[in-house]
Amino acid sequence: MWLVILRRLASTAVVVVGVVVLVFLLIHLIPGDPVDVMLGESAQTADREALRISLGLDKPLLDQLIIYIKGLINFDLGRSLHSQQPITALLAERLPATVELALAALLVTLVLALPLGLVAAARHNTAWDQGAMAFSLLGVSIPNFWMGPLLILVFSLWLGWFPVSGREEVGAVILPALTLGSSLAAILARMIRSSVLEVLGENFIRTAYAKGLSRRQVLIRHALPNAMLPVITILGLQLGTLLAGAVITETVFSWPGIGLLTIEAIQSRDYPVVQACVLVIALTYVLINSFTDLLYALIDPRIRVGT
Amino acid sequence: MQFWFPVFILALWAVFGIAAPWLSLDPNNIHLERILATPMASGGLGYDDLGRPLLDRLAAGATTSFLVAFWVVSLSSIFGTLIGSFSAYVGGVWDRLLVHVINLFLAFPGILLAIALAGILGPGIENVVIALTIVGWVGYARLARAQVLSLKTRDHVLAAIALGVPRARVVRAHLLPLISAPLIVEATFGIASVIVAEAGLSFLGLGVQPPDASWGSMVRDGTRYLLVAPHMVIVPGLAMVVVVLAVNLLGDRLRDRLDVKSVANQV
Repeated sequence: MWLVILRRLASTAVVVVGVVVLVFLLIHLIPGDPVDVMLGESAQTADREALRISLGLDKPLLDQLIIYIKGLINFDLGRSLHSQQPITALLAERLPATVELALAALLVTLVLALPLGLVAAARHNTAWDQGAMAFSLLGVSIPNFWMGPLLILVFSLWLGWFPVSGREEVGAVILPALTLGSSLAAILARMIRSSVLEVLGENFIRTAYAKGLSRRQVLIRHALPNAMLPVITILGLQLGTLLAGAVITETVFSWPGIGLLTIEAIQSRDYPVVQACVLVIALTYVLINSFTDLLYALIDPRIRVGT
Repeated sequence: MQFWFPVFILALWAVFGIAAPWLSLDPNNIHLERILATPMASGGLGYDDLGRPLLDRLAAGATTSFLVAFWVVSLSSIFGTLIGSFSAYVGGVWDRLLVHVINLFLAFPGILLAIALAGILGPGIENVVIALTIVGWVGYARLARAQVLSLKTRDHVLAAIALGVPRARVVRAHLLPLISAPLIVEATFGIASVIVAEAGLSFLGLGVQPPDASWGSMVRDGTRYLLVAPHMVIVPGLAMVVVVLAVNLLGDRLRDRLDVKSVANQV
């Protein structure tokens, strides 16, 4: 068991280093001179040189990478070009909003997907099943940046139930969480359906029925727990997708999280902040995925990672 | 119905995508007296905040999304398939390196890397194609690699090698035809994700630049006038969802017909 965990941690470490290098290289993908792009054509030569030196762009590439990694180890991501604040402070300020949104969206996902998937599986090949699956196909096909404005239109402007944007007012999290959660729920519902259908063919389900248990008891007590395994994996993967989707959803609702910070930084050409945001989101994604893998191995004795 | 409906929608989309320049559209023609006019008040699909006809802009947006989808899916499937299949066929150090590169790209969730790349390369439709291709080739490479790995010890391949057929020809004539079915299915679903990604980038202001039209930038323009002119958001979004839905339906049908069991989860 420990060997499994160690091996998994080692491969995670390789990916983490790769992500750091790739994010570091992003700034060198800027066409032309990054300093010109950040300051504009009309900047003074002295200002350019000052920025070049403060970003370390005058040093060889490998030295720059080492400095960047040293900074990361000390939680020093440099300063924002725009506000001159330390980037770690900016991130710390925005992180709670994104975490709140992600957790709320996850809740929405589960609340929508579990009943949908279960009903579709329990009433396989009926109108219920087709309805649930049509709903989920629709959910997959509607992108966040259209779902968001539609929800605002109906629930904020016409019905006046929720605020249009921002985070200050009560209930402000509901619409962004619905937007973000519904598309994930669509995928998860399909997954739960096929997973439960597979389990329903097993012998222990027949035994449960033979004991005289009701349909509801069989479904909830016997089928669902056994069908949850693949569902947990998908959920782990989706948490990462959720973080990426947050970039667009936060922009739609002006939700002051990391995603909105990314877009603001892109618009103001604040590349160190862009790098930092991408790094934080990607690393979170990698860590969640590794954690899901380990959890998977821990709860299912049949699975041994890497063998 | 399940097959011809999506085919009809996609044909319509492709016609607008290819033929828009010859359709005498006026997507940038401003009618000051019709600013924010709704479909009910003005006929057609209404007008936007600058008084431009939405129907014409919708067609121009179809061109944008069709061109981006065409280039991104073609380029990334060709590069991905070539890289993945050769790597699996050659094996050894190259293959192990490719696995690391693939895992690295897959470590970035969904559209995040595309947003970062488009943001750094700067706005513009070429950069959208570049960013989405850089993100997109990985899926095809992973799929092609897995398929070739499982096929390369088949008898007919070994026979070809024994006969002295050159490597490139073995891959092209004896392996690629056998792995094309799952790749075609993957590419079909790829069209849907590229349409959404292009519109998403344009929504964020990272795609086409004004006055060019994209369904994504049309939705963004509309969000500022939601209460007075909801049609500005509803029309382009609906068009996009219908096309994406059609692509997904077609993908499902193709997967059933070509009998591809599982495209995902194969490394």
